[in-house]
Amino acid sequence: MMEELDLRAAAGFVEPALSEEFPALRLSWITVQAGQRASPRGVKQRLRVLSNRFHGGNVVAMRTKPIPHAYRAFFRQIGLDPDLARIPSEEAAVARLLHGGFRSQDLITDALLIGVVETGVPVWALDADRIDPNGLGIRTTIEGETFGSGEQRLPAGRLAVADGTRVHALLFGPVAPGHGVSGQTNRVAAFAVGVEGVPEIHLEEALWLCGETLLTE
Amino acid sequence: MTELLEDQITAAPVFSQITGRRFVEGDELAARRSIRRQIGRLERELSNAFLTAYPMGGLPHPAGAARRDPRLLDLGELERVRDELAERLHAARVTIAQRAEVQAAHRLRLERMLLEPAKHRFETVSRQDMGEPGCGAWQVRPRLGLIGMLMGWWQVKLSSGCPLARGRARGARPGP
Repeated sequence: MMEELDLRAAAGFVEPALSEEFPALRLSWITVQAGQRASPRGVKQRLRVLSNRFHGGNVVAMRTKPIPHAYRAFFRQIGLDPDLARIPSEEAAVARLLHGGFRSQDLITDALLIGVVETGVPVWALDADRIDPNGLGIRTTIEGETFGSGEQRLPAGRLAVADGTRVHALLFGPVAPGHGVSGQTNRVAAFAVGVEGVPEIHLEEALWLCGETLLTE
Repeated sequence: MTELLEDQITAAPVFSQITGRRFVEGDELAARRSIRRQIGRLERELSNAFLTAYPMGGLPHPAGAARRDPRLLDLGELERVRDELAERLHAARVTIAQRAEVQAAHRLRLERMLLEPAKHRFETVSRQDMGEPGCGAWQVRPRLGLIGMLMGWWQVKLSSGCPLARGRARGARPGP
């Protein structure tokens, strides 16, 4: 573990028309020099400790807490039903109940999981080398844009995490094929999306936890 | 921040298409914000209703397939989301009220069993019937078995709780 970690989150852009509609919608992101590898023992231990915090009662009451409530309300406002497509923190909590604990997969997946479980703020990872130098942000898709390296075309008007040239993920949805982290990834871009009711400090903490975990020796 | 965004936006072809875009005009924007606030309030109330209903057996899971295409909803779509939430909240409250009535009736029956056990022979009220956790049940039983039945000595007994975890009974196993 590094003694002094300086991970400053960059503010992503938000399309002006979207900002008018959702003044509190924002994206923060960090870039970390890290690749895909198995989680060290300390990270696995941390997941075990976190597993003990989640029990059936907590998970049932989760949706009444401020941060999950903020994401659930936002889901409904953008046409998603959080009872059918769960918000990420609830998804993680339900998976913990089903599996009896948080399962370690690899360092990057575990880092994202720790970020969301500790703060309630979801964090996603991209291969940083695929991101345009102008940076990441939230915008609507335009006609004819493709989703990742495949042939899949996106309809216009979808909310997406993108840069100036490419869509990297749907907002609160899957990462575009070929844009996520892989065995060839050397730099990870982790991003978190904030909505109304989620304090900025939570976003920063989620990204910081994620970055700290990624740099664990 | 806005200046920085404008600088970034001119740098890429996609941005040049989205900068000048406006989805709504003044009054409609205000209406949409108002409906979004209503959706937020309804979501909170529905979550509270979910929590209240959970120990009573929970609420029915909403039907339908999950949509995975986040988008900016127009006024009509937002109204539909709000109305659907309001309906679900109403249905949840009706369910809670009905179950609360049933639980209250079971409590009343238990009180009557305790007051006059002989008039409620072999009747049972479980903890679950009253919305309480655990597996216990109150049953009106004769004191001293057959003698109590003949003498009219009736009492209310609370069972000792959840059954111990055991394997499946021998008879329940599939045959070789």
